[in-house]
Amino acid sequence: MPEPFDPRYDMTEAIAPAGGRGGGGGGGGGVGGGPMDLPASGPQPLKGGPRRGPWRLALPWRGEPGRRSGGPAAPTGRGLWTDAWHDLRRNPVFVASALIIVFLVLIAIWPQLIASGNPYHGDLARAQDGPAPGHPFGYDLQGRDVYTRTVYGARASITVGICATLGAALLGSVLGGLAGYFGGWWDTLLSRIADVFFGIPILLGGLVFLSVVTSGSVWPVVGFIVLLGWPQISRIARGSVVTVKEHDYVQAARVLGASSGRTLLRHIAPNAVAPVIVVATIALGTYISLEATLSFLGVGLKPPTVSWGIDISSAATQIRNAPHMLLWPAGALSITVLAFIMLGDAVRDALDPKLR
Amino acid sequence: MAARLLDVRDLRVEFRTRDGIAEAVGGVSYAVDAGRTLAVLGESGSGKSVTAQAVMGILDSPPGRVTGGQVLFRGRDLLTMGAEERRRIRGAALAMIFQDALSALNPVLPVGAQLAEMYEVHRGMSRRDARRRAVELMDRVRIPAAGQRAGDYPHQFSGGMRQRIMIAMAMALEPDLIIADEPTTALDVTVQAQVMELLAELRREYAMGLVLITHDLGVVADVADTIAVMYAGRIVETAPVRDLYRRPAHPYTRGLLDSVPRVDDRGERLYAIKGAPPSPLALPSGCPFHPRCPRAQEVCRVERPPLYEVTADAGADGRTSACHFWKEELHA
Repeated sequence: MPEPFDPRYDMTEAIAPAGGRGGGGGGGGGVGGGPMDLPASGPQPLKGGPRRGPWRLALPWRGEPGRRSGGPAAPTGRGLWTDAWHDLRRNPVFVASALIIVFLVLIAIWPQLIASGNPYHGDLARAQDGPAPGHPFGYDLQGRDVYTRTVYGARASITVGICATLGAALLGSVLGGLAGYFGGWWDTLLSRIADVFFGIPILLGGLVFLSVVTSGSVWPVVGFIVLLGWPQISRIARGSVVTVKEHDYVQAARVLGASSGRTLLRHIAPNAVAPVIVVATIALGTYISLEATLSFLGVGLKPPTVSWGIDISSAATQIRNAPHMLLWPAGALSITVLAFIMLGDAVRDALDPKLR
Repeated sequence: MAARLLDVRDLRVEFRTRDGIAEAVGGVSYAVDAGRTLAVLGESGSGKSVTAQAVMGILDSPPGRVTGGQVLFRGRDLLTMGAEERRRIRGAALAMIFQDALSALNPVLPVGAQLAEMYEVHRGMSRRDARRRAVELMDRVRIPAAGQRAGDYPHQFSGGMRQRIMIAMAMALEPDLIIADEPTTALDVTVQAQVMELLAELRREYAMGLVLITHDLGVVADVADTIAVMYAGRIVETAPVRDLYRRPAHPYTRGLLDSVPRVDDRGERLYAIKGAPPSPLALPSGCPFHPRCPRAQEVCRVERPPLYEVTADAGADGRTSACHFWKEELHA
């Protein structure tokens, strides 16, 4: 039977009534360590970051801020993710890059929102013409509208970037995490395999592997990037798991009878995932530029798919007489890559302030 | 005689290091019965925590390795048991409290969820029931406003509160035996007393066995029934707590007792045992304590003393001492 609380035992702990809790002493664990006066906010999705801790959402006493009545806006429990989100919302770099990325994702899904034309329709009579009313970016070599093609090109880049990142992150963190947790020969084998893939020069590999592919879809490119991208993630995941594995709370979980699977999923993974998210977000930008590079070289996406890389490639030879053909898709590509890399930086700062 | 709750017999643990094999535990035996408290006392590096890790089966291996001995829990050897069977015993019948509760609690999970996990894993309770039990448990270890604090994260609690949660976690399934590895070392003195009191009270109430690992003589005086003093990976003396404090039978124990600061000799220099504990890579010949021992003779350099039964005119049974001159020490 629970006993009534006896204040005798609590001379050192300041007890405030519900709502006015001042956070615990010690406070060594708070990453970021923002001010304590943040308003109680309900669950908010972490934009850009692939996950917002489902292990928190699932808990019955999460996400009901109103339950702790009394006291104005009591700070709800703050873990790494709440702290990170708190930091991110106040980071102008994050807000700017997130807005750009939301916009890019929207036009990747619905290009018709801002471009009413047909990206395939060409009017040879107007080939390489400069800007005209209704065609602000001018025309390309085939007389197609550069604006419409630039807008439609977002789809290929975003699809390749997101799918390749998800694939590489999933494959890399599963393999790297298992290697880090179990160690031994499995770890050695996996690390050597990762080294082999590390050793393949990306462009050379792309020219060799992708030149035999005739499909014009994005999937061979996604597959190729995942194949060469997972070792980077798996190294990070492995290192992170090896570090977290040594912590006392993992020992404690084992001592108190948790199985390997449970220890790995519930106690190690949530604590080890932050560096993976950071690296994956930054990698997303580089994967997009990799897709453009491969398409530029003619081994990535192939016409009639609309891609910035393909357009840049066909414009490159015309740079002196029609520079607008090159500038618009190249500019769109740069902004996209920049946005993802900035987002990755902001996420890194929020999740691991020590790296700053 | 019925099987003892925990009976460690001649346990040996070694670590493979770059500089050679270090014998961290060199044949330790101790036993605890239900409802009793055994304090394992020793300096850092004396092997007291490694012994506990070997008992719990969480020794870092490699480099650590159990090379001999038995760990009998209710008469069954944990060391030869299958991994899955051992996992079921851990937590349910045999639990452990760590020194630093901040690092022993998962930083990304609310404490309530971590407590509830015990019931979900071992008892297969529904999440709702497990949560209710978790709050009861927090209440039991006197966390104020337990229902509300269940959703808080470990770093939001003070050191004493965190250690209570750690204790609650170990107590969750009402185990038969708890091993507490320096449970109060990370706490300040006033909180230490509260935590020890709580631990002693819970032990009485549930009639558990308790192995209390510590280097703090002040902590053990009130709560322990028996004390085992460890030095350089071996037990040098075991005795009921009162006898040990009154008449130690080993020069090392006497040295430890003399090192405790006293309120009445204010202003004097504190006593310290001269020298430093030996490296487990290069233990001295004979008695490992002889280089630091005020009583050392030639025989101590050559011959390792066995654990002598301390009996006869001492008037206390069940005492042992690993000193050639225990009689002289006892009557000193």
